[in-house]
Amino acid sequence: MENQELIPHLFRTEYRKITAVLGKTFGLEHIEIAQDIASDTFLLASEMWAMKGAPDNPVAWLYTVARNKTLDYLRRDKLFKEKISGQMVRNSEMDDEITIDLSTQNITDSQLQMMFAICHPSLPVESQIGLALNVLCGFGINEIAGAFLTNKETINKRLYRAREKLRTEKVKMEFPAETEIESRLDAVLKTLYLLFNEGFYSAGKDVTLRKDVCIEAMWLTKMLTENPGTNRPPANALLALMCFHASRFEARTNPQGETVLYQDQDDTLWDSALISRGEYYLNRASCGRELSRYHLEAAIGYWHTIKADTAEKWEHILQYYNQLLVLEYSPIAALNRTYALAKARSKPEAIREAEKLNLADNHLYHSLLGELYLGIDDGKALNYFKSALSLARSRADRQLLTEKIQRIGDHNG
Amino acid sequence: MKDFMFVFRNDPAVMAGMSPDTLQTSMQKWMDWIGGIAAQGKLVDRGSRLANEGNVVRPAKIVTDGPYIETKESIGGFIMVRTESLDEATEIAKGCPILSAGGNVEVRPIIRM
Repeated sequence: MENQELIPHLFRTEYRKITAVLGKTFGLEHIEIAQDIASDTFLLASEMWAMKGAPDNPVAWLYTVARNKTLDYLRRDKLFKEKISGQMVRNSEMDDEITIDLSTQNITDSQLQMMFAICHPSLPVESQIGLALNVLCGFGINEIAGAFLTNKETINKRLYRAREKLRTEKVKMEFPAETEIESRLDAVLKTLYLLFNEGFYSAGKDVTLRKDVCIEAMWLTKMLTENPGTNRPPANALLALMCFHASRFEARTNPQGETVLYQDQDDTLWDSALISRGEYYLNRASCGRELSRYHLEAAIGYWHTIKADTAEKWEHILQYYNQLLVLEYSPIAALNRTYALAKARSKPEAIREAEKLNLADNHLYHSLLGELYLGIDDGKALNYFKSALSLARSRADRQLLTEKIQRIGDHNG
Repeated sequence: MKDFMFVFRNDPAVMAGMSPDTLQTSMQKWMDWIGGIAAQGKLVDRGSRLANEGNVVRPAKIVTDGPYIETKESIGGFIMVRTESLDEATEIAKGCPILSAGGNVEVRPIIRM
């Protein structure tokens, strides 16, 4: 691998490891120092490797540099060392020098503990996602602002407040107690789910960035399934649903960067390896009696990987949406359920249900009704698509709707 | 918004006499109906189904078997919905599949203590 590929690749995998281990070493209140040292390490790598070529074992090189930078920092900043040495009783009793444990075990543990810390219930969910992108995925402020479709100042403020909150709440990097693990893991899964959705559904036009966000969310979820303490059915179900969705990544955007709707996608572009991974994790999720929303969404995702447009497929999807809604209401699930109803039963039945939904401020509601009225009353369909267009904000949505309106016009003109 | 409990009553013999296929279709209709309420964001509690057997404790602590086998109106389950009015809740109840199987739905406002 060339340097220009190698460094970004290592950054994605190693930045969070170094940050997590150093964060654990210093304590969470000094997380910024840990992040700075990790960033500096990569900066030095890109300078050195550009001149001398990459070392034989780049990862070991990174760890050594990170360790040395940390020791330098501690030597320079005696005050800081005294402050943190209290927290490092175990190490400082044995050794005057602070030990930085970059063993595989400690790296894994530190990353998981960092996940739990960042997804602490005292933080608002959007801060959790921001911190996860910044600390666990090594995303810069620009990238996060891009992913959230907001500006740098907002993200900076959000991250600042989130770090303050970690300090004032004295959040520790540790595994939750056995009695708490279920609810704390729930919070972590929720954040990873939202992180993935941020990448998958975001209106941002940077496709590569959005895909990176999804891949990161999948890495972090996979890490949960690899640890005995967190390898629970909902974590596997979440990973399964991510795999199923991600399998359509290439098919959902055309070469012009425009969105391709599910029914119009070229299924030869669906990633069959990811679909198999999804099936694997869905199987692993199917032990025990727990049926989480991730199980239901994964099952819906699974049926979407089957291209054949059969009544059976849509009946399954409809029933899973019914169960999902009973478990937890969301406007998007309500709209999707109604679409499945049209496919499994009939458009008139779905129209009756759609009209009860009370989601008139949502452009997708109008799109759905437009879709349902197509072929039944094209005049009504046209009006609904026009209302949808007036409410839609993202460029991709507006483009799709404009095309639909055009097509109805051509058809009836 | 107000909360209402839907109490479902039916003749237990009706369900017991259903073929597996009919039972499957019936379950599907139930899920469609409840899914439809949930899709409007009006389902507060999906409730539970109740088994036919049970005991009734009467004054002087006399315990009798549930007399449900003979009754045509055994309570089979409940859910809770949230609507603007009793009328709206009643309108929703009119879609309940139990009505076409000889049962009924009692719609009762919940008084929070």
